[in-house]
Amino acid sequence: MSIQVNKAKCVSCGQCCDVCPGNLIQKDKNDKAYIKYPQECWGCTACVKECPVGAIKYHLGIDIGGKGGYLYTKNRGDYMDWFIVSLDRRKHQITINKKESNKY
Amino acid sequence: MFEIKTIETDVLIIGGGTAGCFCALTISEQSDLNVVITDKAHIKRSGCLAAGVNALNAYIGKGETPESFVDYVRGDSEGVIREDLVYTIAQRLNKVARRLEELGVPILKDQNGEYVQRGPRSVKINGENIKPLLAEAVLDKDNINVLNHVNIVDYLVKDGAVVGAVGFSLKDNRIYEIYAKKTVCATGGAAGLYKPNNPAFSRHKMWYSPFNTGAGYAMGVRAGAEMTTFEMRFIALRCKDTIAPTGTISQGINTVQVNAKGEEYVGKYGEPTTYMRLYATVMENLKGNGPCFLKTRGITREQQNELIKAYLNMAPAQALKWVEMNSGPAEENVEIEGTEPYIVGGHAASGYWVDADRRTTIQNLYAIGDVAGGSPKKYVTGCLAEGEIAAMSILETIKEGHIVRLNRDEISRKSKDILHFFSNEPPLYTIEEVEGAMQKVMDEYAGGISMAYIYNNAKLAIAAKRIEELLTIVEALKAESVHELLSIFEIIDRLFVCKVLIKHLEARQETRWRCYQENGDYPQKDDDRWMKYVNSVYKDGEVEILLRDLVGRDETYEHPSQ
Repeated sequence: MSIQVNKAKCVSCGQCCDVCPGNLIQKDKNDKAYIKYPQECWGCTACVKECPVGAIKYHLGIDIGGKGGYLYTKNRGDYMDWFIVSLDRRKHQITINKKESNKY
Repeated sequence: MFEIKTIETDVLIIGGGTAGCFCALTISEQSDLNVVITDKAHIKRSGCLAAGVNALNAYIGKGETPESFVDYVRGDSEGVIREDLVYTIAQRLNKVARRLEELGVPILKDQNGEYVQRGPRSVKINGENIKPLLAEAVLDKDNINVLNHVNIVDYLVKDGAVVGAVGFSLKDNRIYEIYAKKTVCATGGAAGLYKPNNPAFSRHKMWYSPFNTGAGYAMGVRAGAEMTTFEMRFIALRCKDTIAPTGTISQGINTVQVNAKGEEYVGKYGEPTTYMRLYATVMENLKGNGPCFLKTRGITREQQNELIKAYLNMAPAQALKWVEMNSGPAEENVEIEGTEPYIVGGHAASGYWVDADRRTTIQNLYAIGDVAGGSPKKYVTGCLAEGEIAAMSILETIKEGHIVRLNRDEISRKSKDILHFFSNEPPLYTIEEVEGAMQKVMDEYAGGISMAYIYNNAKLAIAAKRIEELLTIVEALKAESVHELLSIFEIIDRLFVCKVLIKHLEARQETRWRCYQENGDYPQKDDDRWMKYVNSVYKDGEVEILLRDLVGRDETYEHPSQ
């Protein structure tokens, strides 16, 4: 359970560093974000949702069944698009209306 | 070099979770008092609701009353609860739920505009945004000052009263000494005491926030506050590996628990209370009937899609798992397991011993939310209710309060206590190794997962001895950064919680709650002797146990000294 920051996409805004509830994300010497303590990640996806450029990917640890896929999000006002990419590169999109309650 | 930053405020709230934020909002809306909230992360996503929450599970639904809510909590908790505290929470649940809706949390409604219930005491919501919404409301207030990324280490105590707290910043080299007329502890409970379900890479993939490390309990213990019912640990029944909630499936689409043979097994063990559903699952696995599942196979595609959405809104790992395996609950039953034990007053009853106003036994110190004891099953709305109760008491009593400061020598000593970890010699053991040692001994000798949650006195004695050794060893740890300094204080706090927990487990000579408190020496419930609270006070390095009589729902409990 952890995240990875795509340094080529990272715009150095620092919002992920700020919002991580475990203070686990820091900046490297090039001012790019990276997760310094990947094993301490809770998997809350706060950073994934905060990133303005979709540079953060979230994956399941291999010890809990990870199969090489990952997810990321795009924020569109009242909507949140979740993208789940499996190992075979198939991309699933699930859109959630933030103003709507869960059915369950 | 560290500088010391001194702050004075009317009210200091330690921890910006649901309880802390709501307490601050209530004070701010009803007065012009100055409030400071400290949080070791950022209140936007700090604490146990970082990913969201799946429902409001404490609510007075149709046909229910505050009285019937107390009856339910008492029954589910085998009678040993503070009925007075649960009752005052119950009276406020629906009001605070409406307030959450006003803040922007969507609650599902029917055609008549009434909340759709998930169960008798539960309503359906989209809780993904709950923390950002609360944070936004707090940050909007001119008289609330939020200090994000400040980790409080201890209370400042003068003449037996709490006068503030001391901590350090995780972003700049600063020690904070904060003085307040009233201090509210809202730090949450304790995770990471026991070896977790996934001890390898995903060791923090746990039910409770791994960043809730029992700081509030430990500070209170060290300051001599009375604590209650630590022995009622909380162990969640969760989706295996991802440790995602099961209630969304079991209550949302009404599924049953089945073993590998497809048999519904819970009924074999007794009434399906919260802990019995867990106990039954543990027993089925021990008997060789595992794995155990929530029987979801055969649900509709539409139900599956809605479940995936619901999980994205609170535990995205489970949604990722289903999509990644190119399958889902419609095709495969969902395997379930018990978690490691946590100490958490929002689900079980462990925490500060408080009066009706949520005052602790130390003057000018309140405790609310997961850190406050006696009132299990308070969940999110109960935490909000306690925030409001403490706020009202503060508004009534703060006129009598005044700022008391410690002298320079005392503060400089506190500062040295914090910073000495930077100048320690390179030690033999790392912080991570000490944490592993603590979790191993708690797992094996204080009733962890690997022991099916059972312990006995002979084992607890071994655990107690080892925790003492580790408490000495941590003093020699070395910090190379402020993050490591934080990790050292987290491990110290967890060790204090373990020390108190072990004494409580030993004191209750019965088995009141299967799995939560499973005493191998006394495997039966004993109502004649143990319809009592096990409380404790830490004094001169020792945990002293006190037994207290049950408090009824119509009583207004006051601490003897106040």
